[in-house]
Amino acid sequence: MLASQKLLCGTSDAPARMSRCAMLLTVVAALGTTGCLKEKSDDRPVTAAVSSSASNASGLPTIAAAATSADDGQWLMPQKDYANSRYSALAEITPENAKNLKLAFTFSTGVLRGHEAPPLVVGSTMYVVTPFPNYLYALDLSKPGAPIKWRYDPRADMSAQGVACCDVVNRGAVYSGGKIIYNTLDGHTVAVDANDGHEVWNTKVANINLGESITMAPLVAKGKVFVGNSGGEFGVRGWLTALDAGSGKIAWRAYSTGPDSDVLIGSRYKPFYPQDQGKDLGVKSWPGDAWRIGGGTVWGWLAYDPELDLLYYGTGNPGPWNPDQRPGDNKFSSGIFARDPDDGQAVWYYQWSPHDMFDYDGINEQTLLDMQMGGQTRKVLVRAERNGYVYVLDRTTGEVLSATPFGFVNTSKGVDLKTGRLIYAMDKAPQMGQVVRDVCPSSPGMKDWQPSAYSPRTGLLYLPHQNLCMDHESVEASYIAGTPYVGMISKFYPGPGGKRGVYQAWDIVNRKEKWSIPEEFPVWSGTLATAGDVVFYGTMDGWFKAVDARNGTLLWSFKTGSGIIGQPITYRGPDGKQYVAIESGVGGWAGAIVAGPIDPRDSTAALGFVNAMKDLPKASTKGGMLYVFSL
Amino acid sequence: MSSASDHALGRGAERAVLSIPLLALVAVAGWGRLAARELHAATLPTMADTASADVGVLSWAIAARPGARLLRVCADPNNMPFTNRAGEGFENRLAELVAGEMHADLQYTWWAQRRGFIRNTLKAGSCDVVMGVPTSFEMVAATRPYYRSTYVFVTRADAPFRVGSFDDPVLRRLRIGVQIIGDDYANTPPAHALSKRGIVGNVHGYTVYGDYSQPNPPARIIDAVAKGDIDVAVVWGPLGGWYARHEAVKLRVVPVSPQIELPFLPFVFDISMGVRRQDAALRDTLDAILVRRRAAVDSILERYAVPRAGQPALPNVS
Repeated sequence: MLASQKLLCGTSDAPARMSRCAMLLTVVAALGTTGCLKEKSDDRPVTAAVSSSASNASGLPTIAAAATSADDGQWLMPQKDYANSRYSALAEITPENAKNLKLAFTFSTGVLRGHEAPPLVVGSTMYVVTPFPNYLYALDLSKPGAPIKWRYDPRADMSAQGVACCDVVNRGAVYSGGKIIYNTLDGHTVAVDANDGHEVWNTKVANINLGESITMAPLVAKGKVFVGNSGGEFGVRGWLTALDAGSGKIAWRAYSTGPDSDVLIGSRYKPFYPQDQGKDLGVKSWPGDAWRIGGGTVWGWLAYDPELDLLYYGTGNPGPWNPDQRPGDNKFSSGIFARDPDDGQAVWYYQWSPHDMFDYDGINEQTLLDMQMGGQTRKVLVRAERNGYVYVLDRTTGEVLSATPFGFVNTSKGVDLKTGRLIYAMDKAPQMGQVVRDVCPSSPGMKDWQPSAYSPRTGLLYLPHQNLCMDHESVEASYIAGTPYVGMISKFYPGPGGKRGVYQAWDIVNRKEKWSIPEEFPVWSGTLATAGDVVFYGTMDGWFKAVDARNGTLLWSFKTGSGIIGQPITYRGPDGKQYVAIESGVGGWAGAIVAGPIDPRDSTAALGFVNAMKDLPKASTKGGMLYVFSL
Repeated sequence: MSSASDHALGRGAERAVLSIPLLALVAVAGWGRLAARELHAATLPTMADTASADVGVLSWAIAARPGARLLRVCADPNNMPFTNRAGEGFENRLAELVAGEMHADLQYTWWAQRRGFIRNTLKAGSCDVVMGVPTSFEMVAATRPYYRSTYVFVTRADAPFRVGSFDDPVLRRLRIGVQIIGDDYANTPPAHALSKRGIVGNVHGYTVYGDYSQPNPPARIIDAVAKGDIDVAVVWGPLGGWYARHEAVKLRVVPVSPQIELPFLPFVFDISMGVRRQDAALRDTLDAILVRRRAAVDSILERYAVPRAGQPALPNVS
């Protein structure tokens, strides 16, 4: 019905204009009209209605207006917009015609490790950032076959590979102000001129000699680039750093552990729950000085609400101690911060998994939505968390409005909505020297880094995730300094139902699954939602799939050369057509058995994941390749 | 040097393969800084800025002879007393001994002994033997064990207390250092032993990885005892034995008690050499040498003050 309406404010091609449009959207939404200014168009219906209108009419949650990007021709950041919707209003591809999708062009990245990044599209150029050695390619979409315009090599330190725990992945670049900005495994943030590929600035933000690396995609907002570190496996202390987008100069750094002065907790800090209030909890919730190497790394997704002017991001699990050795809540690990982007000051914090015992990093994406609850519109943040719950939080205050399991969970019994605390099932807690069996979900959680997408047209959150349990043994084989690492004794295996992966459509309002597609392997790719009511995702055995957003019917699939763990995007090409792009190239933690030659006979290799993935080498070989499709 | 060019190293092999033929070229033609950096990045496997700055190739051989057999050893260039790039560690000595017995030239592939060490060296095929692994180590085929060591308490020799057991009450008031590894909750045995006794708040963790730009990062915990930052360190024997001799102040090294805590928390481990699982012939060769040269092996361990906890167990027949 609204598919032929075109968004007036949606044609800008620069983020600078996005905010203006966003403001307009806010005003319009506030007026309660049917959405942004629209005009009837006789053009091919490439762009569908602005999200808020369709949704308001149907009572479905809307994407936080100020955090949307109305610019659907391009794809400027991995999350698509500040709200992390990964939703595009492009609607040329529909359930009716998706079967006609055909390969438009391909591109080999020349890199063999796990490809977790999405490409970006800015104007008529596509940008592809590879896993280590972190090349950046610019492809000319205006020419047949999209030939290479240039390649940028950050000359990342070879040794960085030795400090990355699982695979040398990169989760994406971001476009801002004429620059492509991304992080390198060896701990640098680089800004590259989007036109000619020359390096504008290069700032070393992490120290690989201390075990710090960077795999996450930065976020740019209000003239700052936000970057966090990886390396919890090496006992590093987590942080989020802001750099000036123009110069690359470091503006502030907020640690995830330690005294308030390090965590940037001051007078504005008003967490919702009492357990998060108090002085220097980043010290006091740890024994002794354990906070100094306490983990809480920041390697996942950031979101930003321009209206509330709050930046949101999660913190990784506590480390490197065994849970028995760090009594306390171990703040501020495995939780979420809301901060002022200008000075980094914390505004609130909530802890998903206090005193984490299962390696449940809290770094997944949060989707910023506005939804009707109890007769009023709540500004919420929806998070499908590693510990197995879909949380709905008030993003103004950090209050938990609901927490609902989206798969089989037995490590906890729920979330107490009065106190906000996760209720652990102590019979699944690691016991020294004992095997604890059937621990669900396993360490990668119900859902790991692989980002979901939200369609305001269906009210469904599309969740790529895994279905794995584990046997966990906390000690027996211990590390001996000076000898190779022996590893923890964990064995992952399929959870209930026997399938290791799930692609699930989650009804946010009714807090239940609408439909799901079981997959043989963990669904380690991101996903994309479109206004054509087609959603896309990939599988580790290499199938790229288009699915009907409303009922989960498989519409089309294409077998790529390697397994898929990348993030699909869509854009409008210079020819006006809608394109869908995905990088194939298996790897990551789940795919390490292929990307890094791990011995499948060693069931505890790759932190236990290998045991669950023994058949992957038969299903997929390595190799990075971009695939782009159109009708 | 030339013998180093016959293998690529590590992941990102496409780069290494590309650049290795350039070795000679660069050396001869003296390419500009750009080329040199490319080469450095492509061939240096370690994390060490300082430790590796002097060497621009990934491995080297002693007295390389054309056609001679090669013993290719995977080793950390910055990990005394085990190995270092200068060849000063006891595992360097053992490698020389074994190479001599095999009439082979010795060649090293250097890689920091962090997670991924085996994957990036032995399993990547760039070298064939790791000189020291726990005998029960799953990722390799282990030789017969050639020594058994134990965790030890290291204190200053002038300390007014003595500690020899995890049950010693004095541990409740001392500042104790232990080494810790990663966030996957498997830690060094002493860390578990202490937490089991509720000794947590006075325990300081030293990441075994440390700062790799410094010499021998695992040794920081011993430095801390010498400097008085902590009262006692609980470390793996070879580390304690060696550094007790080389710190500026006298240190005391006492094996921990018990040797094995129930239900199953051992502090004593057998150590073997490790090869790829399919390399049974090489393992048999190494086994034979370890039997034949047992006295020489013991003598090397003695010289490096490796604390021994009796004779290693006989391996299972596989």
